[in-house]
Amino acid sequence: MATPTLTETLDLSAKFPGAVTADARPGYTGWIVEAGKLLEVAAFLRDEMGYDLLSSVTGVDYLPDEKMEVVYQAYKTTGGPGIFFKVQAPRLDPIEVPSVVPIWPGADLQEREIWDLYGVKFTGHPDLRRILTWEGFSGHPMRKDWKEAFYEEDAKPFKSRWPEGRIKMAEERNPFGDNVTFDEGFDPEKWTSNDPEEALYTSLKKYTAETSDGIKTDHILVNMGPQHPSTHGVFRAVVILDGETVVSLKPVMGYLHRNHEKIGERNTFLQNMPYTDRLDYFNSMSNNWGYALAVEKLMGVAVPERAEYIRVIMAELSRIQNHLIWTGMMLNDLGAYFTPALYAFEERELILDIFEAVAGSRMMCNYFRFGGLARDLPEGTLEKIKDLVFDRLAAKVDEFDRLLTENEILVARLKGISKLSPEDAVAYSMTGPVLRAAGVPYDIRRAEPYGIYDRFDFDVVTQTDGDMYARYLVRLEEMRQSLRILRQAIAGLPEGPIITGKPQYQVRVPAGEAYGRIEAPKGELGYYVISNGKPNPWRYHVRAPSFINLTALEKMCVGGKIADFVAILGTIDIVLGELDR
Amino acid sequence: MSNEELNSPGYEIPPELQGQVAVTTFDRIYNWGRRSSVWPMMFGLACCAIEMIAAQASRYDMARFGMEVMRPSPRQSDLLLVSGTVTKKMVPVIVRLYNQMPEPKYVVAMGACASGGGPFKEGYNVVAGIDKFLPVDVYIPGCPPTPQALVAGMIKLQEKIDKQSIKQVRWYDRKNKADSVYVPVPVLGPDLIDLRRVDELKELAAPKQAEEISEA
Ligand code: SF4
Repeated sequence: MATPTLTETLDLSAKFPGAVTADARPGYTGWIVEAGKLLEVAAFLRDEMGYDLLSSVTGVDYLPDEKMEVVYQAYKTTGGPGIFFKVQAPRLDPIEVPSVVPIWPGADLQEREIWDLYGVKFTGHPDLRRILTWEGFSGHPMRKDWKEAFYEEDAKPFKSRWPEGRIKMAEERNPFGDNVTFDEGFDPEKWTSNDPEEALYTSLKKYTAETSDGIKTDHILVNMGPQHPSTHGVFRAVVILDGETVVSLKPVMGYLHRNHEKIGERNTFLQNMPYTDRLDYFNSMSNNWGYALAVEKLMGVAVPERAEYIRVIMAELSRIQNHLIWTGMMLNDLGAYFTPALYAFEERELILDIFEAVAGSRMMCNYFRFGGLARDLPEGTLEKIKDLVFDRLAAKVDEFDRLLTENEILVARLKGISKLSPEDAVAYSMTGPVLRAAGVPYDIRRAEPYGIYDRFDFDVVTQTDGDMYARYLVRLEEMRQSLRILRQAIAGLPEGPIITGKPQYQVRVPAGEAYGRIEAPKGELGYYVISNGKPNPWRYHVRAPSFINLTALEKMCVGGKIADFVAILGTIDIVLGELDR
Repeated sequence: MSNEELNSPGYEIPPELQGQVAVTTFDRIYNWGRRSSVWPMMFGLACCAIEMIAAQASRYDMARFGMEVMRPSPRQSDLLLVSGTVTKKMVPVIVRLYNQMPEPKYVVAMGACASGGGPFKEGYNVVAGIDKFLPVDVYIPGCPPTPQALVAGMIKLQEKIDKQSIKQVRWYDRKNKADSVYVPVPVLGPDLIDLRRVDELKELAAPKQAEEISEA
C-alpha cells in the first residue's frame, strides 16, 4: 500500500489549476473536478496521496440547477479522514462521465447502479448494464423528475394524511389501478420483448467456446438463484463452467430492490430511521447509528455520554449476533445442514430479547434518534446484558472455537480457497472482515473513530492468508474483541440523559452534505445525506457493504470449483435487504 | 391423533375394539395427514424470512406442527410462505415457482409487505401484495411478524385444511376450470405486465381513455 507523502493540507486546485476548484457551496466540502481531468486527478490521489480505498460513488440530481453530479469518496487504508470530489455534468442526455474503474475497480457495480438509477453513462466502463432494475425498464428512477406509479406528493407528510386525514388508496389514484405505469398508447400485444437477459448472456458468451489440447469443449452456463437455498435470499449468479471449474461469473441482483433511497427522499429525516432497520435486517442497531451519525453531523448536535455508551453496547451486541449467525449459516453452506445454525440461533434469541426490551421490537429496533436514543434501558436489562457478556457469550464463543476451528472438514473446505490479496481487496473497495482477513488492518472504529470508540481498548483483528479460513478466524476473534469492548462499556456506563434536547418528530437540518460511516459487522456502512434546509433530505444514499463487497466476487470465484462458490458467497456475508436496498 | 378426534360420531364401536378400529371419513383422515405435514418451500424474500428461520429454530420449533421440513424444490413443497417484499423483478419467479408446486398447495402472506406492500408500497419496484397474483390462504400481519405470530398463522392454516373437503377443493374441481391453479407468469416490459390484464391495460393506456381519466 502506498503511504501518504503529504500532510492533510492538500490543495488540489493549486495542483490542477483550472481543472479542480474547491466546492464552495455552503455546507459542502471537497473539490469539483472537471470531467476531462477526472482520471488524472483520481490517479494522483491514489498513487501520490495514498487514497487507495474508494469508499463510495454515487449520483445526485440537482434538478433546479440543471446539473447531474457524481460524488466520489476516497479514504486511506492507513486511516484518517477522506477526500470528497465531485464531477458535474449538464443534465442533457446523454450525460457522460469517464469511468474510474481503471483506477479503482471497486467502482464497477456502483457505476452500474448510477447508470441504472440516474442515467449517467460512464465512458470506458467494461460492462455498463442496468443492475437493480431490468433491461428494458423505462426511465432512470432516481431522477428527480421521474415519478413512480404511486406518486402522491414530493414530500411527506402527504397532505391527504395530515392535516386533511382523507386517505385514498394508492390503487384508486393510479389510472391502472396498480403499481404500474405505461406510456400513452402502449399496446402489450404489439410490444415485443427484447430478452432482458440477452445483454447479460452476451457479456458472458465470449467465454463459451474454447479449445484446449486440440479438443473443443463446451462450457455450460448455469443460473444459480434467485431461488436457491444457498444464496441467502434472492440473489442470483450466472456462472460459466468448464466441468466443475468456474470460468466466469456475473452477479445478478435487484430482486429485492425496493428503493428505499427514492422513498427516503420523500420521507422526513426522522421517518427514514425505521427504513434503515430494514437494510441489513440482522443489524438494525448499527444501521441506525450510521444514519444518525450523518444527520447529527449536519445538525451539529452532540450526543450525551450515557447514550454514547448504550450505542456502543447495542452495536457490539449486534456484531456478536451477526457473526454467530454468520458462522451457523456458513456451515449450512458447507453442508452441515442447520445444526450449527441452531446453536447460533439460541444465542441470537437471547440478544434479541435485550433488543426487544430496550426498543420494543426484536429485529426492527428503530432505537436511535438524532442526538441520542429513543428510550433508556428498562429496569433489569443491564443485569441481563451483564449476564450475557460476562458469562454466557464468552463461553459460547469458546465453544464454537473448540468445535469448529480445528474441525478437519471445515479446514479442508476453507483453507487456501478463494484467496484475495491485500492489493486486490483494497482495489475492489472491500471492507469489513473480508478486507481484514486479507491482512489490511482497516477498521473504521480505529481508522476514523466515531462515537466514543477512541476510548476503548481493543485489537483490530487481522489474518494474512486472505482465504476463507482467514475470514472465519477474523470473525471468531472479532466476537471476542466485541466482548472486550462491551465489558469496558458496561463498566463505564454513566447515569444521565439519553438525548440532547427534547425528542422531536421534525428536526431542523441545515443545508449541506454529510457522510456518516460506521464499521458495521459486514463492512463499511455509510450514509451520504444532502439537506437543502427543507424537512426532507434532498439526497439520501446508502453505501452498502454487502453490495460493494460483491464487486470482487468474480475475482474470488474464477478458477475455483462451483461447490466452493456457495461457500465463498457465504464468507462475504451478504444480506439482500442491504444489497438491493 | 386420539380416538375421539379421529372417529366420526354416529357409529358405535364396541369398547373391546376401540384400540384397533376407528371409523372415520375419508376427508378427515386425509386432512389429518396433510395438516400434520405441511412442508414449506425453503424460500426467503426479505427481512421476514429471518423470523421464519427463527421460528424454525429451537425456541419456537415449528417441527411441533410437522412443518420443519423445508424443501428447496417447489416440486416437493405444499406451502409457499411469501416472507417479505415482493418486487416486480422477483414476481415472475414467484409465480413460476407457484405454478411448479403440486396440488394441494397453499400460500401464506407473511408480513405487511407480502400482504399489501408494507412500508415499501410506494416503491416503484414493489408489488403491492402477493395477492395481486396468487390466491392467499392466510395473511399474517406484522413487520416482521414475530415467530409467535407466524406460528399462530400456521395454526390458522391447519384449521383451514381441517375444514376442506376433497370433493370441493378447487384443484380437483373439474367443472370450474375458470378458477385454475395455474397463474400466467407476468412479464417484465417497460413496467410489469400482468398477462391476465392485457386487454384492460391496452384500453387504459390508449390515448383517448387517458384523457377521460384525467378529466374525471
Ligand atoms: S413486512 Fe417488514 S419485516 Fe417483513 S419484509 Fe416487509 S419490511 Fe421486511
